[in-house]
Amino acid sequence: MGPAVVDVRDLQTHIVTRWGTLKAVDGVSFTVAEGETLGIVGESGSGKSMTCLSIVRLVPRGAARIVGGQILLDGEDLLTKSDTEMQQIRGRKVAMILQDPMSSLNPVFSVGMQVREPVAMYHRLRGRALTERAVELLASVRIPSPGARLRAFPHQLSGGMRQRVVGAMAIAAPPRLLIADEPTTSLDLTIQMQYLGLLKELQERHRLAMIFVTHDLGIVARICDRVAVMYGGRIVEIGPVRRIFKSPAHPYTRALLDAIPRLGARRDRLTTIEGQPPDLVALPPGCAFTPRCPHAVERCRREAPAESVVGPEHATRCWLNGPA
Amino acid sequence: MAAEPGGGTLAPPGAVAAPARGRGRHVPWIPIGIIALFVTAAALAPLVSPGDPYAQSLRNRFKPPVWDQRGTWAHPLGTDRLGRDMLARILYGARVSLAVGALAVLLASSVGAAVGLVAGYYGGRVDAALMRITDATLSFPVILLALILAVTVGPSFLNVVIAISVILWARYARVIRGEVLTLMQLDFIAQARIAGAGAWRIITRHLAPNTLNTLVVLITLQVGYVIIVEAALSFLGAGIPPPTPAWGSMIAEGRDFVTSAWWVSFLPGLAIMLVVLAFNLLGDWLRDTLDPKLRQL
Repeated sequence: MGPAVVDVRDLQTHIVTRWGTLKAVDGVSFTVAEGETLGIVGESGSGKSMTCLSIVRLVPRGAARIVGGQILLDGEDLLTKSDTEMQQIRGRKVAMILQDPMSSLNPVFSVGMQVREPVAMYHRLRGRALTERAVELLASVRIPSPGARLRAFPHQLSGGMRQRVVGAMAIAAPPRLLIADEPTTSLDLTIQMQYLGLLKELQERHRLAMIFVTHDLGIVARICDRVAVMYGGRIVEIGPVRRIFKSPAHPYTRALLDAIPRLGARRDRLTTIEGQPPDLVALPPGCAFTPRCPHAVERCRREAPAESVVGPEHATRCWLNGPA
Repeated sequence: MAAEPGGGTLAPPGAVAAPARGRGRHVPWIPIGIIALFVTAAALAPLVSPGDPYAQSLRNRFKPPVWDQRGTWAHPLGTDRLGRDMLARILYGARVSLAVGALAVLLASSVGAAVGLVAGYYGGRVDAALMRITDATLSFPVILLALILAVTVGPSFLNVVIAISVILWARYARVIRGEVLTLMQLDFIAQARIAGAGAWRIITRHLAPNTLNTLVVLITLQVGYVIIVEAALSFLGAGIPPPTPAWGSMIAEGRDFVTSAWWVSFLPGLAIMLVVLAFNLLGDWLRDTLDPKLRQL
């Protein structure tokens, strides 16, 4: 892999609520290299979306705040940038694709107007050249007869097509880092696979670093090089996809993998993880997974486990694997 | 736009929700006709008017309309207490009513929409501050403000417009702000931010165009309201000062003679009713067609 495009170090994002301060992202660190895809998996509320929003510095205003850490993009710390500088970075250096293709396009403008907008903004193109570039972009995300589609309105396109348009807008710059926050969740399975293939293709063409947020381990296996498993605002395990699928080190990762239904396995019920996701306002001092962990010991309740390396590029936060 | 193979993702033209909208409600041609009639009459008043609305003729006072046996074609709708032609005065009065309606609503809607967009976009303290001002404004009666203005600076066309728009903007602010709050939840706003769009671009390019439907509906519905307020002000003597013909003051002038010369009050009243009703019906139809969410307006 090439040099690290993004290097997140000890990121802390807190949300202030009426019931207390919620550590949505609690000391997250990872890097993503050029042409590499990092998957971030975890259940709702594990902090994966908040981590992504922190990178573009668009955490919900008022409630959430990035309180610590560093986010180095090509060596420059985004957390020290001014708002105007950030505006120049968003879209041009870091792009993001969101989950809901139904609402991610402006309903009152045609596809053409919307695709032209970022292109005009980033490249200062106008007139014919601008339209040509927009058509090229639509063609690059495999939209059939892109010239004609320019005049279509979002409601005339299917979910998959709309998500492609969003993809086209995201690579308009093209950016260095592409963050995809569950972009295929609301698509049909076949369309999902096509879209994943497309993302992969775009990534290879532009050498993008990609962060792919999902709760679908099948997708992770398909397109990610490395994966980070988040639980309770922390990365509990990070490593190459193959290694993690083959020898998961953290009990939570193991439980996640066991919960994947398999054809042919004779079971009456689906395997689930017992218990409730953690209450982030009242996190126990120790490991957040303790109440649901089958291997929990007294120490897990008291002390948060430090990161321990369990293999090449493979690290976890669990006392079971750590140095004693 | 040629339909090419593989173009199955594009819905066939016409299948695009259009038939579902405003189903069973036809274009309201009668209200549109009434509005068009009054607008042309107001615009072309000097051309279509049978005479000078200011010309007095005491010999011809209280001439009844032409269909009365004492009426004449010289004054189709009769004359008032100074012998001025009623038809001419109603035509010129349309100018006042429609001009006040248009001006006040345009002023109020642009200010109100701007406030609503800013409050909804920024949220937090900006929103709280702007909305408290809006609430305070809404609690202030238009008539009272107009009376104060009339007493202190004297009644005039401009003061009526100012008095009405100074209060009226708050309704726009409130409705538009609500609309913006819903829009802000949608991904395309987040997506625009992520693409590096600033506040100005998001407000003007993404939020404002999406509130246009609401704005158009609200504007149409409010024109009728403004015309009534102007008439009320003129009736009270705090509106358009005489001798300029205004429907409200015409009603007031005929008040004392209702039993003997009913037309002096009745006809301008009828004009007000027709115009306001037409605007309301048109507004209702626009609302149902453009924006069914707004039923409560």
